[in-house]
Amino acid sequence: MGLLSDPSHRQVLTKLITKMSSPLCLLCYVAGITWFLGLAFEPLILRMYTSENAMGSTMVDENFVYGDRALLYGREFSGHRRGGMPVDWLVKTLSGLGLEAHTQSFSRTLPFPDELRERYMVMGTNVYGILRASRAASTESIVLSTPVDVKQNSQAVGLLLALASYFRGQIYWAKDIILLFNEHDMIGMEAWLEAYHDVNVTAISSSVMQGRAGAIQAAISIELSSDVITSFDVSVEGLDGQLPNLDLVNLFSSFCQKNGVLCTIQGKLPRRDGDTLEGYLHSLHTMLLMVLKQGSGKAQGDHGLFLRYHIEAITIRGINSFRQYKFDMVTVGKLFEGIVRKLNNLLERLHQSYFFYLLPSLSRFVSIGYYMPAFIFLLLVLMLKALDLWIKLSKVPACPTDCGDEDLRPGFLTIAVPVFICHAMGLALYYVPLLCQDTAIKHFPVSETEAVVFTSIAIYVAGMALPHNTQRALPVELTDYGWMTLKLMAILYLSLLLGSIALINFSLGFILAVWLTPAAALVQPAHYRLLTALLLMLLSPATVVILGIYVYHELAEQPVSALDCWQLFLQAVAESILDHHLYGSIVYPFAALLLYPCWLLLWNVAFWK
Amino acid sequence: MKLHLLYTCSISLLIMQNLSLWQWTLSLHLHSMLLLRISTKLWKQRIAFELKKYAPDIITLVRTPKEMYHIPLKVALFFLLNPFTVLTCVAKSTCAINNAIIAVFVLATVKGSAFISAIFLALAAYQSLYPVALFAPALLYLAQKHHLIVSFHSMDFVVYLLKYAVMFIGCLLISLCLSFFLLSSWSFIPSTYGFILSVPDLTPNIGLFWYFFAEMFEHFRLFFVCVFQINVFFYTLPLSVKLRDHPMFFMFIQIAIIAIFKSYPTVGDVALYMAFLPMWNHLYRFLRNIFVVSCLLISSSVLFPVLWHLWIYSGSANSNFYYAITLAFNVGQILLVSDYFYAFIRREYHLVEGLHLKSKDGKEAHIVLK
Repeated sequence: MGLLSDPSHRQVLTKLITKMSSPLCLLCYVAGITWFLGLAFEPLILRMYTSENAMGSTMVDENFVYGDRALLYGREFSGHRRGGMPVDWLVKTLSGLGLEAHTQSFSRTLPFPDELRERYMVMGTNVYGILRASRAASTESIVLSTPVDVKQNSQAVGLLLALASYFRGQIYWAKDIILLFNEHDMIGMEAWLEAYHDVNVTAISSSVMQGRAGAIQAAISIELSSDVITSFDVSVEGLDGQLPNLDLVNLFSSFCQKNGVLCTIQGKLPRRDGDTLEGYLHSLHTMLLMVLKQGSGKAQGDHGLFLRYHIEAITIRGINSFRQYKFDMVTVGKLFEGIVRKLNNLLERLHQSYFFYLLPSLSRFVSIGYYMPAFIFLLLVLMLKALDLWIKLSKVPACPTDCGDEDLRPGFLTIAVPVFICHAMGLALYYVPLLCQDTAIKHFPVSETEAVVFTSIAIYVAGMALPHNTQRALPVELTDYGWMTLKLMAILYLSLLLGSIALINFSLGFILAVWLTPAAALVQPAHYRLLTALLLMLLSPATVVILGIYVYHELAEQPVSALDCWQLFLQAVAESILDHHLYGSIVYPFAALLLYPCWLLLWNVAFWK
Repeated sequence: MKLHLLYTCSISLLIMQNLSLWQWTLSLHLHSMLLLRISTKLWKQRIAFELKKYAPDIITLVRTPKEMYHIPLKVALFFLLNPFTVLTCVAKSTCAINNAIIAVFVLATVKGSAFISAIFLALAAYQSLYPVALFAPALLYLAQKHHLIVSFHSMDFVVYLLKYAVMFIGCLLISLCLSFFLLSSWSFIPSTYGFILSVPDLTPNIGLFWYFFAEMFEHFRLFFVCVFQINVFFYTLPLSVKLRDHPMFFMFIQIAIIAIFKSYPTVGDVALYMAFLPMWNHLYRFLRNIFVVSCLLISSSVLFPVLWHLWIYSGSANSNFYYAITLAFNVGQILLVSDYFYAFIRREYHLVEGLHLKSKDGKEAHIVLK
C-alpha cells in the first residue's frame, strides 16, 4: 500500500503518467502488436503434446479392410439421393447392419430468407443409428456425424456405413457409437442436439427423440468428397469462437502421422523450417487465418454446435487435390477406426489439455498464458489514458473569483443523456431491423434480407447524426470537464467490454482491441472536425468487419475487389443476425447492444462542441 | 418534496420489478424510507458534542446544512438504483427482508429508543446471527445520545449496558422459544445457526469461504472454520476502542465487515452498506484510491457472470478463474472500507490539528500512513 498511500510517491507517479502518457501508450500498443506477431515464431512456443493419460500410452492395431464396401455404400447413397434425404434407405441400411435406427424431423422458419444457402422455411429429417456396446452399460457415447446436404458428400456416408459394419463385429467397445446423418447441416445438427439434451435454446421445433445413448463424450464430423484423398484438413473453430480440447487435435494429427497421411490446418501444408523467415511467415499466415475465423464467431463445421454442450468435437475434411500420392478408403477407414478406438479408451471427458489456444501449425500451439500479454498491453493503453484523464479531472483549478464547484464539475444530465441515447440506438440496432422488415418491404423495392441488412446499416449511420441534435436540445453548458468525464466513462466501458469478450473469444477481443484502442485513446473534440470524424469512422466496428473480410480473402488466396468486399460485408451482417437467431450466437447482440453504443459515446466526445 | 421524489422513484422501481413480488418490494420501500430518516439525524448529534475542540482554520471541513440537504435523497437513490439491489429483488432473496430489519434497527438506534432497537437487533440476529456484532455500535450511539460517559468505571454506563443487553438477549430468547413452540423441536438451531457457523455447503458465491473449504483437508477443517468465523467478529473490539466517539461510522464499518467476511454473503449485503456511502460525501477530498477501487468493483461485478458462464456452461475454465474474480471483488470492498476509514480518521486529525500542517521548523508537512 505504500505506493498508493505515500503522497510523495503518488506525486511522482502522477507526474510520470501525465508527462509520458502518449509515448507510453504508443509503446504499449506497438508492444502488444509485436508480441502477437511474435507468437507465430516457432522456436518461441510450445510443441504439441497429449495431456490425457488414457489417450497417450495405448497402442491401437487397426484392421479395417472394408474400403470397397465404403465405395459401394457411397454409390448407392448418391443413387437414392435424387429427391433430397433418402430417409428410408438409410434407416433400412442401418437396421440391416444391426444398429438401432431412428429418425428425427425438425422444422424452422428463419427470421428472413438466407440468400447464401437459399432457404427460408426449413423442414428436414435427421437419421441416426446407435451401435450399442455389447459389454457396457450404455452410459457414454461417441458421435460420428456427416452433413448430408453438403454437395458431393456421399463418400462420407459410405465410409460411415462401412465403419458401422466393421465396428459391429468388434467386442471391445466400452461406449455406444452414434452415427448421425443430419440434413440442412447446422440447423439439423442444432435440432438433434437440442432434442438429445432436451433443452430449447433456439426456437426450433422438432419431434421427440426416440433413442438415446448416454452422455456424449466426443464427436467427429466428417466431410469426404471423393473416392481417394490426398490430405485431411481439420477445423477446430466453433460457435462464438469456442474451441475443442487440444487433445482432440493432437489425436487427429498423431493418427495422420501413424498412417502416413498428410494432414493440414487452415488448408496450409506443414513445413519443417519454422525458424526461417519463410517458415515464420507461413506460421503467421496460418495463425492469422485461425484468428480471423475464430473472431467471426461462426462455426466452421457441424462440430461447432457440440462444444456448447461440453462435448469436444472437430470436423475432418478429406481433400482431393492434384498431388500425386493418394490414399484410398482403407487408409481413411483405418484412420477413423484408430481415432474412435482411442476415444473409446477415455475414462472421463477430455479436460486435461488446453481449451484456449491458437494454432500456427499442427505441431505447435500458443496457449492462453502466451497470447494474453499481447491483449493486456493493448488494454494497458486504455488504462493509461483513463488514469491520465482521471488525474486531469481531479486537479480542480484555483478560482479566485466566484466560479464555484457547480460550473466545473459536469452535471448528471450532461453525461446521462449521451449514454442513454447511445444505448437506445444500440437497442434500435438490435430490434428494429427484424421488427420493421414488413414495413420496409412495402415501401421499398427490396427483398427481405436486403431490407434487414440495409435497415441495420441505416440505423448505424443514423446514430452518427445524433450528437449535433442532442447538444442543441440539452439545456446545460458544454465544458471541457464534460467531455473528459464522458471520454473516461467510454474508455472504461470499452476496456470492460474488450476484457469480457477476450475471455470468451480471444480473437474477437484482440481484433477489436487492435482496431478500437487508437480511436478511444486519440479522440477529442478538435477544431478539425472532418479529420476526427474520418478517423473515428475508419476506426469503427463496421470497418473492422469490412477489413476482416478483405484480409481473410487475401490470406485465403482468393482476393476480392472493393465491390465484392461490400457484397460480402452485407452477407456477413445478414449471416451474423441469422446465426444469432438460429444457433444463439452472441456476436451480433454483443456488437449491436454493447460495442456500438460504446463507439457512439466516443463519437459524441468527438463532436462535443 | 424529497419524500415525493422518493415515492415516485420507489414506485417507478416497483413497476419495473413486477408488482407480484409485493413482499420484497414492500421491504425495499420501507428500507429506503428508513435510510432517509436516519441520515438527517446524525450530524446534529456530532456537531453539538465537540465544537469546542477544533482548530481555528478548519472551516471548510465542517459540514453545513445546505450541503447536507440532498443527502437523504442520495442515500435513497444509492440504494434503490443500485444494480445489486435490483438483482436481489429479481432473485427474490430474503436478504431484502434482512436489510429492512437492519435498517429499522439503525433508525431506532438513531432515534434513541433502546427498546425498539434491541427488538430489531434481536430479530436481525435471529435471522442471520452476524448482526450480533452491531450490538457494540448501537450501545455506543445510545450512550452518546443519553450523554453517558463511555467507560467501564462509570456506573451509569454499566447499568445502561446491562439493560440493553438484557433487552436484546430477552427478545432473542423470546423469538427462539416462539420458534420452538411453532416447530415443537429444537432442530431448527443446528439447521440455521449451525449451518451458518459450520459452512457445510460449498456452492460458489461471492464470499471467500467456499474455495478454501473445498480445497482443505478434513483434518484442519474445524480449525479454519473457527479462524474464519472469529475473523468476522474480531474487528468489533479494536474498532469500538478507536471509534468510540463516532458510533455511526462504526455502525457503517461494522455492517461492511459483516457483508465482506460472513460465511454466505450476497450482493444484497453489499448494497446495504453502499447505501450509507453518501452520508460521508465530505470525506471525498481525503479518499486516496477511489478510482482504483471503483474500477476494481465494477470490473469484477461484470466479470462474475462471464467467468461463471465459462466455468459452468462452456467447461473451458475452472473454479480458479471464478475465485480470482471473487478475490478481486473482496479486495476491492476491503480497500473501499479501509479508504473511507483512513479518510475519516484523517479528517478528525485535521479538525483538531488544523488543515495546513506545520512541522517543527515551520515548513509545510504531509501526513503519511505507514
